[in-house]
Amino acid sequence: MTSPDMNPADVSIMQTPGQQSPNGFKSAAAKAVSKAASPWLLPLIFGVGGLLIWEFGLWATNPERFLLPRPSEIISVLSEDDRGVDNTIFESIFEASRTTGFIILSSLVVGVILGVAAALITTRFRATNEVITPLAVAMNATPIVALAPIFNNWLGLTSPRSNQAVVVLIVFFPVFINTARGLNTVDPNQIELMQSLASKPWTIIRRVRIPSALPFFFTALKLVSSLCVVAAIVAEYFGGSQSSLGSKIITYAGFTQYDAAWAAVLAGSIIGIVLYALASVAERLAMPWAHRSWNSP
Amino acid sequence: MTAERATDNPQVSEEGLQDSMDTLQDSMESRQHLLGSVAAQGVSKVFLPNSTSKVTALEDINLHISPGSFTTLIGPSGCGKSTLLRLVAGLIHPTQGVVQVNGKPADQARKDRDYGMAFQTASLFDWRTVRKNIELPLELMGWRRGARQQRAAEMLELVQLPEFADSYPSELSGGMQQRVAIARALAFKPTLLLMDEPFGALDEMTREHMQAELLHIWEETNTTIIFITHSIPEAVFLSTNVCVMTPRPGRISTQIEIDLGKRTDDTREREDFFASIVKVREALRSQEST
Amino acid sequence: MPDIRWWRKKILLACTGLAGLVALAGLYSLYKVIGRALDDGQRDWWFIGSMLPRSDDRNMPPIRDILAEFNQPTREGGDPLWNLIFDGVLFTLREALVGFVLGVVTGMVIAILLMRFLTLEKGAMPYIIASQTVPLIAIAPIIVIWGRKNFDFLPWEWQDWMSVSLIAVYLTFFPITVNGLRGLQSPNPDSKELMDSYAAGWWQTLWKLRLPASLPFLFPALKIAALASIIGAIVGEISSGQSDGLGFLILDFFTKYSTAPERLYAAIIGAALLGLFAAAVISLAEFILNVHRRQVANAQT
Ligand SMILES: Nc1ncnc2c1ncn2[C@@H]1O[C@H](COP(=O)(O)OP(=O)(O)O)[C@@H](O)[C@H]1O
Ligand SMILES: [Mg+2]
Repeated sequence: MTSPDMNPADVSIMQTPGQQSPNGFKSAAAKAVSKAASPWLLPLIFGVGGLLIWEFGLWATNPERFLLPRPSEIISVLSEDDRGVDNTIFESIFEASRTTGFIILSSLVVGVILGVAAALITTRFRATNEVITPLAVAMNATPIVALAPIFNNWLGLTSPRSNQAVVVLIVFFPVFINTARGLNTVDPNQIELMQSLASKPWTIIRRVRIPSALPFFFTALKLVSSLCVVAAIVAEYFGGSQSSLGSKIITYAGFTQYDAAWAAVLAGSIIGIVLYALASVAERLAMPWAHRSWNSP
Repeated sequence: MTAERATDNPQVSEEGLQDSMDTLQDSMESRQHLLGSVAAQGVSKVFLPNSTSKVTALEDINLHISPGSFTTLIGPSGCGKSTLLRLVAGLIHPTQGVVQVNGKPADQARKDRDYGMAFQTASLFDWRTVRKNIELPLELMGWRRGARQQRAAEMLELVQLPEFADSYPSELSGGMQQRVAIARALAFKPTLLLMDEPFGALDEMTREHMQAELLHIWEETNTTIIFITHSIPEAVFLSTNVCVMTPRPGRISTQIEIDLGKRTDDTREREDFFASIVKVREALRSQEST
Repeated sequence: MPDIRWWRKKILLACTGLAGLVALAGLYSLYKVIGRALDDGQRDWWFIGSMLPRSDDRNMPPIRDILAEFNQPTREGGDPLWNLIFDGVLFTLREALVGFVLGVVTGMVIAILLMRFLTLEKGAMPYIIASQTVPLIAIAPIIVIWGRKNFDFLPWEWQDWMSVSLIAVYLTFFPITVNGLRGLQSPNPDSKELMDSYAAGWWQTLWKLRLPASLPFLFPALKIAALASIIGAIVGEISSGQSDGLGFLILDFFTKYSTAPERLYAAIIGAALLGLFAAAVISLAEFILNVHRRQVANAQT
């Protein structure tokens, strides 16, 4: 391992994309297939392996299985009748996912717009920058979800507005702070170049600052795409719609229907994964010059 | 260690052990005069041999470097200079041929810490002070603290930076950083110093100053130096031996001996200095036309 | 020299942050004044009336009342509220701290494994990211029962707050793994070759090169992780029904909101102070370990 020419990282630097076939025998078609599949192959193997271990490993060893039910049990519970409602559990969870998903998505959009707008304004006007940024950093160091009960009182106990308010705040701060940092982390030479062309401040923001802030922005976007699911579900603990993932999880866990509770938790996770994937695709589209892989944060 | 293994293993007889001890003794003696020597025999290096993008970086390199010499490798970008240096360092292995350093395989020489190395980027660890950076190889070799500090102080004298011992690399200029890197490379007094374009990123003035300093260190320590550069005057000013390399596949096309005696600032303006530059330049040119 | 500049920057940040908080309190009071002048309750405001908080004293207790409430006992003859909150902060801090330390260690071990085995990085990274979309906090009660049943082999008695710490670990390890991995991979090829040229082994390279190189990447992650562990602790307490800690106080005061709304505000201020305290401690550690000298570009998480 000490020999650098054994180091796959070094080798991959030297290779140009499209020339990575490990041996020369494969047909062009097989090459194309393996190339398209290769980034997915390992995760697929790991995923299937993990599921198998979960399914059979737990079955073999864990007597307290009902706390963490097997995948097959979680799937089979979906078709059972939901207690007290005229629905199967699947239908209930699907309905709840729609409610929670809407809360998350709407707040995500609002939070991102507010965060980016705040970043642009603070960058354009230096004075606001010096007052607001430290405040935002401080706010971002506080547990914002703790505000959920207050929002409930302000905006109504059963209104989704209170849940939305929490998620908006959770989204707003990282997006604002990271984007502002990105807007201010620019190559001074590029700014000077623009100034030498007598560009106006907003032109500089548009042509130089925004492109170099994109990586920072997308880092935050990917971060909040998973944070906001957790925040929404926690907010739903304190109030909001009765048919939301948060209240469903409480109900199921209260009746010791752990497999149904897990199914609802996984539904939340699916929302998060979809959002993360969307953010990653948007990142690719917005920054075609930086083909970062999914693991670069 | 060896003895233990011998008793465990009945197939190794007493005489066998004695024999191998003898050969070890022999080779130690025969190596004494090889200290600081480098020999490459029929060396080729192919990167990614099984792929469509395979690169023949070096082909049939024969090189003999005698102890105490100063050899410069010069050639256009991508002709395999760094690859050759890494082969000598034992950091990569030849596809064909053998590289010997101090009379033993390059990889063994690396494990025995027979050489020091410096790169184009000073590659100092920015979380260590200058002194601690110089001590790094000594730490890895398990030296005691007192000995380490003493040697680091000595090395700082050598590169004329004693007052910067407790500074951090970020507080030094590029030239000073490179001097620290040289001090680090020489800290355990290796017989061989490998340098890959160490002055490439410096401005011309600093560069000439560093060249003079390097020659001073070379004379003082009697180390064999292999030095990569893009600059013809630098090669001529520094070395006793210039190896001109050609690209695709990398070969050593010409070896030119330089005999300018002791270098001073005036050397750069002497007739024979220019004559040597012309010689090297023509050697580099001639390969372009072919 | 750079130290002084660093301190000045941090103190300035703290001061403007404080000034900002005061301004925020001012805005809050101003909102109340305007709101009451227009219509106490905003019930009839056109459209936005339903979106804006009501400004009466029940929904938005005056700042002065909130501050005064800290000194009031919560029941006849009991300790003043700040005492209660302080105890809650300590309890939650212990949970969070245990979760934080375990989370940092776990996160770093995972980062090192991913750095060492490329296959593992390629195969497992999507799941490590996906793990953060699983709202494990939501099933804290299950984790608590699970903890009671599965840790009886330990030499000490398993307590429910330890299960809450486990939830904190789950939230904490992730930023550490992501940024730690980037930091461990950050040394340039020359530095790695330098270590190879000294015939340094894998562990030596890890210890002398990769770990120190990862610190500037790690500190921003530590700040996020500290907050995550506090959130994990508070929310874990709330959802698992602990009877101690800040989370419990928040839930308790939430249910008794109609009798004393100021208390809920006071508990939330306590939570905010805990978060700020954690951030300050990490900044201090950054200074002591001298990492602030080596800010790396783009080391954000
Ligand atoms: N690890 C590697 N994998 C594949 N090709 C390499 C590797 N290292 C160097 N090469 C190739 O070998 C050739 C010589 O490189 P190098 O020795 O770095 O040249 P120089 O130092 O003379 O500029 C170049 O074409 C380079 O692309
Ligand atoms: Mg090179």
